[in-house]
Amino acid sequence: MRDVAVVSFAPSEPGLTGVEETETQLLFPVINEALAKIGITRKDIGFTCSASCDYLAGAPFAFVQTLEATGAWPPISESHVEMDGAWALYEAWVRLQHGDVDVALAFSSGICSRADIREVLSIQLDPYYLAPLWLDPLSFGRLQAEAVGQEPPTQAPAYTDAAAAVVLAAGDRARELVDRPAWIAGIDHRTDAHYPGVRDLSKSESARIAGQQAGVDKAPVDVAYLSAQYPHEGLILMDALGLTHGYGLATNPLMVSGLIQVGTAADAVIKGDANRSVGHASAGPCLQQNLVAVFEA
Amino acid sequence: MSSERVAVVGCGQTHHRKVRDDLSMAGLLREAAERALADAQMDWKDVDAVVIGKAPDPFEGIMMPEIYLADALGCAGKPIMRVHTAGSVGGSTAVVATHLVSSGVRERVLTIGFEKQSEGDTTWGLGGGRSGSVGAGGYFAPHMRAYIDRSGAPDYIGPAVAVKDRRNALKNPYAHLKLENLTIETVMESPYVWEPVRRLESCPTSDGAAAMVLTNEKGATEGAAWVHGTAIRSELGQFPGRDPVNPRGGRDCAADVYSQAGITDPFNEVDVAEIYVPFSWYEPMWLENLGFAAEGDGWKLVEKGVTDITGELPINVSGGVLSSNPIGASGMLRFLEVALQVRGLAGEHQIDGARTGVGHAYGGASQFFAMWVVRNEKP
Repeated sequence: MRDVAVVSFAPSEPGLTGVEETETQLLFPVINEALAKIGITRKDIGFTCSASCDYLAGAPFAFVQTLEATGAWPPISESHVEMDGAWALYEAWVRLQHGDVDVALAFSSGICSRADIREVLSIQLDPYYLAPLWLDPLSFGRLQAEAVGQEPPTQAPAYTDAAAAVVLAAGDRARELVDRPAWIAGIDHRTDAHYPGVRDLSKSESARIAGQQAGVDKAPVDVAYLSAQYPHEGLILMDALGLTHGYGLATNPLMVSGLIQVGTAADAVIKGDANRSVGHASAGPCLQQNLVAVFEA
Repeated sequence: MSSERVAVVGCGQTHHRKVRDDLSMAGLLREAAERALADAQMDWKDVDAVVIGKAPDPFEGIMMPEIYLADALGCAGKPIMRVHTAGSVGGSTAVVATHLVSSGVRERVLTIGFEKQSEGDTTWGLGGGRSGSVGAGGYFAPHMRAYIDRSGAPDYIGPAVAVKDRRNALKNPYAHLKLENLTIETVMESPYVWEPVRRLESCPTSDGAAAMVLTNEKGATEGAAWVHGTAIRSELGQFPGRDPVNPRGGRDCAADVYSQAGITDPFNEVDVAEIYVPFSWYEPMWLENLGFAAEGDGWKLVEKGVTDITGELPINVSGGVLSSNPIGASGMLRFLEVALQVRGLAGEHQIDGARTGVGHAYGGASQFFAMWVVRNEKP
């Protein structure tokens, strides 16, 4: 594989809620900051991947609006996932493997404070058998806590508003842009079955496979940032990834949480706070889908 | 550009209909996927990764459906991704799947585009539920009117495209609309939906899915189609000076993909093309945008029958989006149909000796583009 690194990361201020801006307005400064940090402009970007969610925006084509923050003129090579921004980073990493493009931008945005998230996330469930039950994320969290013998949580972390951007670069271009590129030593994502009744909720098989494929256990990890909403999710993830410690989510800006955890892990390497870090993103009920990235100095 | 060659070894699609109430949403994807896997002589367990695409979630009312579809698509323990780039999504989903193989990250990728329009209200979804919405045609109608005025095309060109594509659909067992004995006159007698577009010049709303299995060279079977180039482009939808009739993003996308495939004279070097024509006038417009005709001359190819199934440059011989429009699958069907053509597997609508095919999709305010070039020979 080609050597690809995260060279810049910029999140919005943590814990924002009730913002008056649009997602595009939240994105514009973080994209500017991610580029300014390494002294490049939008013209230097060869591939862009964005991530957003129509059900948070309350309108179709949320990504059409956020495209404005990239200044897509002349036309750019751009793709979009309706997933957490960590998967946009993954697609950018795949794209940079080809050798024709050296710099890529990945970003995501989500404004949770304008929606009833319990209702929104119920619409993510199987439409025929689960969605009609209006199972909300806290109920799933309590179910999974019981499965690992932990005290069921009474509250989910606050759903907040955020945007974040990362810049990825390949090979020598990464070395030119920053002293300590956060080299992506491994990155992988996997899903489990959707139905809570057909999997062992006390474990995360998908996180285990993703961690193994990303090579988490190949060397000691200095710091890990996990998309764990509750203490029991942290335990399940650390068990799956073979970690002894990790930081979970203080707040949960949907669509951005995972990109922030992965970007923060990369930033620890860039800043010299860690030589080897792990970032993790998750989606779906009871940690159904998991992405793991390993960064090395 | 790629380190690994990419082969299309399996193609499958549903029978597209207005309502497929015989199937759940997962069942719809599985009907297409199982046909693609059978064509590839593979089973679910052989798939390394799945990439799905569809248009906005509010169309069916399910948020991030890959979460729920993971079970039905055999994804437990595997990676699944969901792409969404408006109308171009079926094409860009195939491009993402191609990149997973060409990068060397995965070896065997199943990609599926779908829409089950009957489970929601697309026009309501387009408006975010906030208004009646003018529908996609209402947005594009002024662009078509501008094209007619600029090019001086006669008024029967749009209807001629509508007749051609529906005649082609009669040869495609999967096509949704089967309109026998359609003539330019009957099309012109149908009521305007959005001037200059009449009802019979518009795409239907369909339930359907399209699926392809892509592999690296090691996994390729005899008779595969080979990907010779992929390209995507996005541009801002609204700003002064932008030309939405002949958008630069489409021209750049075509130039990029032709360059990768070594095509310098698309009209003479391409044997068959499937281009995204949801409203009749988009055929001549895209013929120009994609470099098959000089600006202002696209309609002349239609008039001379050049784009007929028997013409020099057959366009949308499957019946196109005008005959089947499961939105999230519509772009992938364009990519899939040209793969079938170069594999010689298109059945009654096969173009004899097709060796080079171009698939195209567009979306948003004519601002998102995805294309690929496939051939019967390795790059």
